[in-house]
Amino acid sequence: MWLVVLRRLGLGIITLWVVSLLVFAGTEILPGDVAEAILGQSATPEAVQAIRDQLHLDRPAVVRYADWLTNLLRGDLGVSLAANMEISEMISGRFKNTLVLASLTAALAVPLALAMGLAAAMFPGGRVDRLVTISTLFLLSVPEFFIAATLVLVFAVHLQWLPAITYMTEYESVWQLMESLALPILTLTTSVVAHMARMTRAAIINVMTSPYIEMAILKGVPRGRIVLRHALFNAVGPVVNVIALNLAYLVSGVVIVETVFAYPGLAKLMVDAVSRRDMPLVQACAMIFCTAYILFILIADVLAILANPRLREPK
Amino acid sequence: MSEASNDATQEISLNSAGARPLFQLSLMGKVGAGILLFWIIVALVGPYVAPFHPADFASDDSFGPVSAKYLLGTDYIGRDILSRLLHGARLTMALSFTATVLAFVVGISLGFTAALAGGWVDMVISRIYDAFLSMPTIMLGLVVIAALGSSIPVLIITAGLIYSCGLYRIARALAIEIKVMDFVEAARARGERLPWIISREILPNAVIPLVSEFGLRLVFSILFISGLSFLGLGVQPPTADWGVMVRENLGGLVYGSSAAFVPAAAIASLTIGINLIVDDFSAQRGQEIAEEMI
Amino acid sequence: MESLLRVENLRVEAKVAPERYAAIVKDVSFSIAPGEVLALIGESGSGKTTVALSALGYSRPGCRIASGRIFLDGTDVLTLDRETLRKLRGRRVSYLAQSAAATFNPALTIGEQVTESAVLHGVMDREAADARAVDLYRRLDLPDAENLGRRYPHQVSGGQLQRLMAAMALCSGPELMVLDEPTTALDVTTQIEVLGAFKDIIRDQQTAAIYVTHDLAVVAQVADRILVLRGGDVMEIGDTAQILNQPANEYTRKLMAAIRPPPSATGGDLDAEDAAQRQPPVIQVKDVTAGYGRVTNGKPATTVLRDVNATVNDRSVLGVIGESGCGKSTLARVIAGLLPAAKGELFLDDHKLEERLADRSLEELQRVQIVFQMADVALNPRQRIGDIVGRPLELYMGLKGARRDERVAELLAMVELPGSFSSRYPEELSGGQKQRVNLARALAANPDIILADEVTSALDTIVGAAVIDLLKGLRERLGVSYMFISHDLSTVASFADRIMVLYAGRVVEDGPTHSILGLPSHPYTQLLLSSVPELRQGWLEDVMKTRAALAGIARAVEITEVGCPFYPRCPIAIDGVCDTRTAPYREPVPGHRIACHRELTELAEFEQEF
Repeated sequence: MWLVVLRRLGLGIITLWVVSLLVFAGTEILPGDVAEAILGQSATPEAVQAIRDQLHLDRPAVVRYADWLTNLLRGDLGVSLAANMEISEMISGRFKNTLVLASLTAALAVPLALAMGLAAAMFPGGRVDRLVTISTLFLLSVPEFFIAATLVLVFAVHLQWLPAITYMTEYESVWQLMESLALPILTLTTSVVAHMARMTRAAIINVMTSPYIEMAILKGVPRGRIVLRHALFNAVGPVVNVIALNLAYLVSGVVIVETVFAYPGLAKLMVDAVSRRDMPLVQACAMIFCTAYILFILIADVLAILANPRLREPK
Repeated sequence: MSEASNDATQEISLNSAGARPLFQLSLMGKVGAGILLFWIIVALVGPYVAPFHPADFASDDSFGPVSAKYLLGTDYIGRDILSRLLHGARLTMALSFTATVLAFVVGISLGFTAALAGGWVDMVISRIYDAFLSMPTIMLGLVVIAALGSSIPVLIITAGLIYSCGLYRIARALAIEIKVMDFVEAARARGERLPWIISREILPNAVIPLVSEFGLRLVFSILFISGLSFLGLGVQPPTADWGVMVRENLGGLVYGSSAAFVPAAAIASLTIGINLIVDDFSAQRGQEIAEEMI
Repeated sequence: MESLLRVENLRVEAKVAPERYAAIVKDVSFSIAPGEVLALIGESGSGKTTVALSALGYSRPGCRIASGRIFLDGTDVLTLDRETLRKLRGRRVSYLAQSAAATFNPALTIGEQVTESAVLHGVMDREAADARAVDLYRRLDLPDAENLGRRYPHQVSGGQLQRLMAAMALCSGPELMVLDEPTTALDVTTQIEVLGAFKDIIRDQQTAAIYVTHDLAVVAQVADRILVLRGGDVMEIGDTAQILNQPANEYTRKLMAAIRPPPSATGGDLDAEDAAQRQPPVIQVKDVTAGYGRVTNGKPATTVLRDVNATVNDRSVLGVIGESGCGKSTLARVIAGLLPAAKGELFLDDHKLEERLADRSLEELQRVQIVFQMADVALNPRQRIGDIVGRPLELYMGLKGARRDERVAELLAMVELPGSFSSRYPEELSGGQKQRVNLARALAANPDIILADEVTSALDTIVGAAVIDLLKGLRERLGVSYMFISHDLSTVASFADRIMVLYAGRVVEDGPTHSILGLPSHPYTQLLLSSVPELRQGWLEDVMKTRAALAGIARAVEITEVGCPFYPRCPIAIDGVCDTRTAPYREPVPGHRIACHRELTELAEFEQEF
C-alpha cells in the first residue's frame, strides 16, 4: 500500500513541476518585446532597460526558468515590478487572509454539502431530493458575483444586518471579525455547497444502486446499517474525490469574492497584478494557489486509497 | 414475440434510442428551452430594438430609477441599462458560443485521436491535458491574460482551450468505450478504413452524450468570460458586456440601486435556462434511480 | 405434508410508462414442502427471477407485487409490515444471487458479510456465527477455512465466491433458500463441483429450496419437482421424473427437444468429409502462436495460443471446443486478421493469408467473415438493419440502391426474418433475431468461411437451438464452411464434421467428430465429456464418483511454456515427463490426433473404466 501512496506522491511532485513550467511560460508568450509589453504606454527607454535588468531578460529562457525555480524553492518569490517590493513580504499577510477565508468556508461548506447530498440520496426522487436538486441547479448556474450582489442587496442594503465591505484592518473583537467576514463566507459557501452537494448526491446514489446493496436488503439488513456500514465505506472514495475537485471552485470563487468585497487577500492581489501585468507577482501567486490545490488533491487521493481495500491489500 | 433483454447484458452509457425520438423535455426542460430561446432572440434582434445607443450618455442621473423612458434605470454614468443589456446579449452569447465550439473541436478531435491511436500519442496528449487539469483553470486563464492582455480573441481562445480539457477526457473515454464494441471490431474485420469507422460507427454513438456536454461547457464559458469581465480582465469598457456592467455598477449596490443586479440576473437566467435543458436531457438518458428502497 | 411455502395467484407488474404497468408474472401458484427442492425453469423474460424474489416479499425497483398471496408457514408474507418483513429476510428465507461479484460488498470482509444476517437477526452471537461459517466453508470444500473470513472479496477466486454465497445464505439456518441461477456463469467442469456442493449441503441442512435456472439438465440433478414458466405463466408443474420423461405441456416438450442429447456424432457426414478432403482446405493454420502485448522473438508478452495447427476443409464444419481462457476466441480473431499472430502462418485456399488486416486484399477479407457472440454489441445501435446487412454488399460488391435493397430482403429471408425488419433498429429486436441479423451480415459477403464465435452462448436454449438449425440449413444450401467455436460440447458434436479441443492455448486433440467422442481420447476431452449434464436424475451422483478419479478441481487455466498444459489436472500424468516435455501426437485413426505422452493403449485402458 505504501508503494501506491509513494507513487502518488511522486506523481504529485512531477505535476507540480510541469505546472511551474506552464506558469513560467506565461512570460514567454508575451508578444513582442517582454519589457515593452509590460510597460505598455509608459515605455520609456530607461524604464524598458530597467525592466530588462530586473528580469534578466538578456539571459536565455531556460536559465531564467532554472533561477526562478530555485529561488522559489528557497522561499524567494522575487520582486514585484509594480510595487518594487519583495513579493514574499507583500504576500504573507494576504496569504493568511485568504487562508482564513478559505478555511472558514470549507469548515462550513463541507459538512453542509455532505449532509445535503446524503439527505437527498437517501430518498431519491423524494421531496428533500427534489428540493436539493433544484436549488443546487440554480445556485451553480449563476455567477458568484450574482450571489454576492444578491446577498449584499438583501443583508447589507435592505436588512442592514451586515457590512457590504470587509474591514479587516481594525477589529475590536472576534464578533466584529465574524460580522465583516460573514457575507464573503456566505457567498463562497453557497456556490461551493451547490457543486459539492450535487456531486455527493450522485456519488452516494451510485453506491446505493450497486447490486450488493440489493443483496443487503434481501438479507434483511436494517436500512440504517445499510447506509452507514455498507454504503458509506464505498462512498468514501468518490466523495473525497468530490470534495477535492470542489476546491477548484473554492479557488476561483475566492477570486471573485475578494474582488466584490474588497477583501485584502491573495486572490485580489493577483487580480490587480494581472491588470498591471506585473509578471513576477502573477507567477508567484499562481504557484502558491496551484501548489495548495495539488496538495489537497494529493491528500484526497491518498485518503481514497486508504479507504479502498482493493488498493490497501492487494491479492 | 419480443423477448426481454438478457439480464447478463450490461447497460452501456450509449444505449440510447435510435428509433424513439431523441428526447422529450419535461416541464423544467421546457422552461429552460424557453429562456434560452428568449435570449437568442434578444441577441439577434436586440440591437435594433434598443431605445438608446449603448454608449449614449442619455441621462444626467447616475443610477437613475426605473422609469418609462429608462425601463431598467440608468447606470453609474447615466447610460440606459436596457439598451446596454440588449447589446450585451449578443456579445455574451457570441463569445461563449464561439469559445465552446472551439473547445469542442479541439477537445473532441484530440480525444478521438488519442483513443484511436493509443500508444505514445495517447500518453503524450493525456499527460499534457493532465497537467492543465491539475491547476484550477482560472489560474491558467489569469496567467495567459496577464501575458497577452484581454482582447476578444484571447478570451475566446483561452476559454476554448481551458474547456477543451474536460471535453478531451470525455471524448477519449467515449471513444475507448465504443471502439471495443464488437460492431467496431466487425467493421475492422470487414476492411473498413479509419475515416469510415470514425464517422459511421463511432461518432453517431458519441453524439448524444456529447450534446449535454456542449450545454455544460457553454454555461462554463459564459460564467468564465463574464467573470473575467467582472474582474476587469475580460471585455474592456466601454463595450456593453454584461460582466463589465456588473463591475461598473457595483458601487451602486450600497445605495440601493439595482443597476448591478440587472446584468447579473440576465447572466443568471441564461445559465439557469441552459442548465435546465442539460439536466433534463441527462436525466432522460440516465439510468433510472430507485424510487424507493424497501 | 404441510407446505412451507404456498404461493397463490401471484401477479407482479412492471412500470413501462408513468402510470402504466404491464404484468410480468401473471397468475402463478405453487407450493413447496419443507426440505423440498423446486426448480423454476424458464427462458429469459419468463419471470422466474421475479417469482423467486417475491418469496422474500421483494420486488425490484420499477416492479410491484400487484396481487396474490404468499404463505410462509401459514403467514401471508405480502401483508406483513416492513419491519417484520425485514426480520424474515435472511433468517427464514435467504437468497443466493446469480453473480458473486455483485453480491459481495468490496469494502467489507467476507466473514462479516457471511455472518451478518445470522448475527443481526439474533439467531446466534458473533462467535457462534463465525464458527458456523467456518464449518460451512469446510463443507463447501473451500481452502483455508479458518482464515477465509478475514479476507476481502477481491482476494478470492470467482468459483470460491460462488460457494461463499451459499455459505452466506445458509449461515442463519433458513427454512427456505432461493438460488438464482448460481451456476450459469461457470465453466462446465466447475459447474459440477459447485452443483455437487450445493446439493450436498441443501440436503445436509434440510433446507427447502427454489432453484431458478434455464438449464434443464442441471435441474434434473438437484430438483424434486419442476415448474416450467413462460411469459409469466405456469406451463407445467410436476415431479422431476414426470417432467423429464413425460412432459405434458407443449412448451415443455419444445424445451426438452431443444436440449441437446449427450454428445453423439450425428452431425458429421462421412461422405462429404471424404469429398472435402480432396479439395484444398479453406483455412489452414500452421504453428500459430499468438497473444497480446509486445512480441519479442516470436513470443507475445501474454501468450494465449501456442503452436496451434488447425484445418477447416472445404464445405465442412470444424468445431472448436474449450473452456474460458483456452484461446478459442483468440484463434478466430487471428484468422480474421483482427489479431496478428506472433509466429506461424495462415492459408486461405492454399495461398498465404497476411496476418494483418491492413495487408489483406478486399477479396481476402470478403471470403473470411466472423460472427460474434454478443449480438447486442455486434450491431451498431444507431444503424438500421437494412444498412447493417447492406454494407458488405456495398463494400465488396458495389451494390447500391434498389439492387442492394433487393439483396438485403433475400438475405433476411434466408435467415428467416421478415423483410420489414430492414427499417428497424437493433434495439427493437430480440436476442435471437439480432443474432440472425449478425449472420445475415456475414452471409451478405458471400464468404467461403464463417467464423462463428460462441454465437449461441448468450441465447436461450430454444432460441439457440433454432439458430443452430438455421446454420445447418444454410450449410447445406450454400456450401459455406464454418469454424464453430463453443464451450458446449453437445451443440458442437451435433453440428461439426471435425472437432478440435483446445486447452490452455494448445490443441490437445483433433479429429473427426465420431472419433473424438469415442475412445481413446485425451484425458481433458474425457473430462469434458463427463461434465456435460445428462438429462436424467442420478447422473450427478454417478459422475461425482467417477470424477474422484478424474481429478477435475477447478482452477485457473495456466498457459505453460513447455510440457502438457493439462498436467496439473491430469489423473494419469507422468511426473518428470508431462510437465517438462511437449506431448507428441498419437494417431489412433488417420486424421485423429491426440497430444499425450501416454500410449494409446494406456489411455484406452484408463478411460474404459468410465
